[in-house]
Amino acid sequence: MASIDIKNVRKDFGPVSVLKGVDLAIASGEFAVLVGPSGCGKSTLLRLIAGLEDASSGEIHIGGRRVDDLPPRDRDIAMVFQSYALYPHMNVRDNMGYSLRLKRTPQARIAEIVGRAGAKLGLEALGERKPRELSGGQRQRVAMGRAIVRNPKAFLFDEPLSNLDARMREQMRFEIRKLHRDLGATSVYVTHDQIEAMTMADRIVAMNAGIIQQVGTPLELYDDPANVFVAGFIGSPAMNFLTGEARRGETGVALSVGGKAFCTLPQAVAVPEDGRVTIGIRPERIRIGVGAGQAVEAAADLVETTGAASVVHVDLAGQAMKIFTTERLQLSQGQRIPLAIEAKDVCLFDPAGGGRLR
Amino acid sequence: MSATVSLPTGSRARRRLLMFEPYLYSAPALLLVAATTLIPIVIGISYAFRNIMLLDPTSGDFVGLDNFRELLRDASFWNALKNTVVWTASCVGFQFLFGLILALMLNRPFPGRALIQATIFLPWAIPTFLVGMNWSWLLNPAIGPLPHWAYALGLMNAPDNILSDPDYALWGPIFAGIWWGTPFFAITLLAALQSIPREIYEAAEIDGAGGLERFRSITLPFLAPTMVITVLLRTIWVANSPELIVVMTKGGPADASQIVASYVFTQAYQGLNFGYASAVATALVLLLLVYAFLLIAIRQTMLGRR
Amino acid sequence: MRGSPRVRLIKWSLHYGVLFLFVVAALFPLYWLVKISLTPNDSLYTHSIDLWPATISLEHYATVIGNSDFLLFFRNSIIVSGVTAIASTLLAAAAGYAFSRFVFRGRYWIVGVMLVTQMFPLVIVITPIFSIFGPLGLTNSLTGLIIIYTAFNIPFATFLMQSFFDGIPKELEEAAMIDGATRFKALLQIIAPLTLPGIAATMGFCFTGAWGEILFALLLNSAASTSTFPVGLLLYSTRATIEFGPMMAAGVLALLPVCIFFFLIQRYLVQGLTAGAVKG
Ligand SMILES: Nc1ncnc2c1ncn2[C@@H]1O[C@H](COP(=O)(O)OP(=O)(O)OP(=O)(O)O)[C@@H](O)[C@H]1O
Ligand SMILES: [Mg+2]
Repeated sequence: MASIDIKNVRKDFGPVSVLKGVDLAIASGEFAVLVGPSGCGKSTLLRLIAGLEDASSGEIHIGGRRVDDLPPRDRDIAMVFQSYALYPHMNVRDNMGYSLRLKRTPQARIAEIVGRAGAKLGLEALGERKPRELSGGQRQRVAMGRAIVRNPKAFLFDEPLSNLDARMREQMRFEIRKLHRDLGATSVYVTHDQIEAMTMADRIVAMNAGIIQQVGTPLELYDDPANVFVAGFIGSPAMNFLTGEARRGETGVALSVGGKAFCTLPQAVAVPEDGRVTIGIRPERIRIGVGAGQAVEAAADLVETTGAASVVHVDLAGQAMKIFTTERLQLSQGQRIPLAIEAKDVCLFDPAGGGRLR
Repeated sequence: MSATVSLPTGSRARRRLLMFEPYLYSAPALLLVAATTLIPIVIGISYAFRNIMLLDPTSGDFVGLDNFRELLRDASFWNALKNTVVWTASCVGFQFLFGLILALMLNRPFPGRALIQATIFLPWAIPTFLVGMNWSWLLNPAIGPLPHWAYALGLMNAPDNILSDPDYALWGPIFAGIWWGTPFFAITLLAALQSIPREIYEAAEIDGAGGLERFRSITLPFLAPTMVITVLLRTIWVANSPELIVVMTKGGPADASQIVASYVFTQAYQGLNFGYASAVATALVLLLLVYAFLLIAIRQTMLGRR
Repeated sequence: MRGSPRVRLIKWSLHYGVLFLFVVAALFPLYWLVKISLTPNDSLYTHSIDLWPATISLEHYATVIGNSDFLLFFRNSIIVSGVTAIASTLLAAAAGYAFSRFVFRGRYWIVGVMLVTQMFPLVIVITPIFSIFGPLGLTNSLTGLIIIYTAFNIPFATFLMQSFFDGIPKELEEAAMIDGATRFKALLQIIAPLTLPGIAATMGFCFTGAWGEILFALLLNSAASTSTFPVGLLLYSTRATIEFGPMMAAGVLALLPVCIFFFLIQRYLVQGLTAGAVKG
């Protein structure tokens, strides 16, 4: 159990700057999820923590000790790779026991620890098998088992579920969380899947292009995104973004889209000089029908349904928008529908930098 | 080349030490190669400008370009140069032709393919010296059938050994070279053929392309890069390899079947005239360089014309 | 192959017919070698061009094996080729691993040096090596041959080993290093066992290369006591009275180790060729 502190870490591969000054503090026992689009530097950050790469500058501390100069084996961490990286020539038991063997743990003790970890993961019957004789899910479990056996200060996961099918992924998500609850070990989990991030994280670290965009609990990121990137990345279906105008008036800040009134926000909100803003609203916060707030009229385009819910695509003054609803609607194309939008559900962003306007 | 792994780190000092890890791994190999190839190459070129006789301790003076002047007057050298062209062109040409036919025939599965393939590739595994000896036995009328068959077919006036006929001696090693080198081309071209995605052929077939058309519009363009590279490298390699000639004719009779590479060897081995042998070898290197530059120039103009 | 049954039959007959010619051409010289080696002396010259031996005898093999010189040559060749195979594979594995796993300054220079040495005509180093090895006592010595054969094999073997290492995911040794191994330990315990087939193939290639080399063997080792098998056989063939039977029996014996290796490394031929297409 240990905290992980990353201080102003930069990483360049030759001329390419992959991490551009990362600061991050992960508390002891926390389950932190690093999320971001492909190529944003998540794996690189994880590999820096593991010691598989050297930072170009900055400091990394694990459990209060500076580890930049320690090789991976002295950092006392465990890592689960996307490809699992099981040793192909060793059976399941030897795969899990390899780290203990390197520490010259007595045979009997190794058998005991490996047995216990195997039982926890349901691998008891597979001890003699080689990795190639296992299914994807079983390999995943062995990789987890290899990590648990170490009893490390921290767990690092690099997209451990991305090679599994959807159902298996759901199950393993749940099991990894349960395992974390039982072991309580500090974990850093990398994924590009925002659902994994939302469902598993104590705290989410949203990254883009080598820069941390926002750190917070899943609901903080969901309800109160710091910028357009986070707002668009977290949540499915994604937040709607509309180009609009904001004008400060008597009763508050009036928003309009394509010249039509959209919604009125309280006076406190900041508005840029020229009044141009990006309006963000989550699909499930839009109600179809006339409500307490202002009504906006849009034209229905297409309805996609999953059975439990539907996504209604609409056209609002020439801009596309999605509405998420659990009602079952019969809409024809071009049919005009009223939308109820509440001021508290609207986020404003600066179209220039993408930053949040509060 | 796989992706990179940066070095694991220790304390600052250890970390600096670990910077040397890749050098530690590659140094022994590199040093040995440098000591037995690179440095001798340099020394060898320097010999070309000296008068070095192996058994004469007073020799060793620098003689400038004398060895090269002698070279220009040496009829054997010019003959060897002509033979090098014949030798290389016929060996590589026939090896390539037969190799291509084989590769095309072995590309599709058919019953017995694995066995046939292994058999046809067998000559490539035979050590060169044994290939040479084997063929000189086959060509020897006392023990081999080939002269008798050639005589029976009317190709020869008498069942003689072509290896002792100054006009035809070079063809003995050429036969052996073709026999030995064809599998190399077959394997290389087969590997290239099998990397052509099957779907492309299927798409062409659906588009109505016939067998010949598919060969012309798919197989050839796909194979071309491999063919060019293989032929170029092979040309250099064959021109540099005197083993078959040394084993089968020793360049004889009377230097009639000498190529430049075997001429170097016989000069060093029999003549013990190291200075002159080195001059001939240096000339060979220069010729190969010219060949390489010509190729690059041709490539450039061809690329430029596109 | 498409077409009416008739056309198809003709196409297939042609296909097999041509392949049959190639098979015959590939096997005939070897068949002849074996045939003569099995033909007893009394019918050797009288029936020299019969396709089948009238009688078969192992007398030539007995002559060869009874001839202490050939046993000595055989022993010398085994020593030289065996040590060369082991040494060059070890050195090449280390260098190939470095090329596969590290990016380091000077790497392209080292690769360049190795490639260039492959392109140079070997004959240019014949005289300098003779002059360097003489004073060091490395002529007429098996050690001298081992040193140059190892050096000549290394570039090709290195590229071959590198291609085998490239095929092993680097995550494996990273996992081992996180599990507590040093890189060297990970190399020995995780990577080496997985590369065993590759190591065997590389050894096979190096062994075969050393087994058949003749130029340096001829030039450096003129004494019978340090001659390799090829030299022994070649000098035997240039004696005044040539005994073809025993010579061909010796040739067949020289073929044996190579054939064994050929069948062991067959699977890797294509990989070997793509790694070092320069070499034959
Ligand atoms: N060894 C390396 N050399 C050069 N560039 C590298 C190296 N490793 C990673 N990069 C680059 O760094 C960037 C970030 O890579 P990284 O693997 O951290 O992305 P990621 O966020 O994990 O993406 P993914 O979700 O696709 O795994 C990429 O643009 C990649 O090309
Ligand atoms: Mg990644």
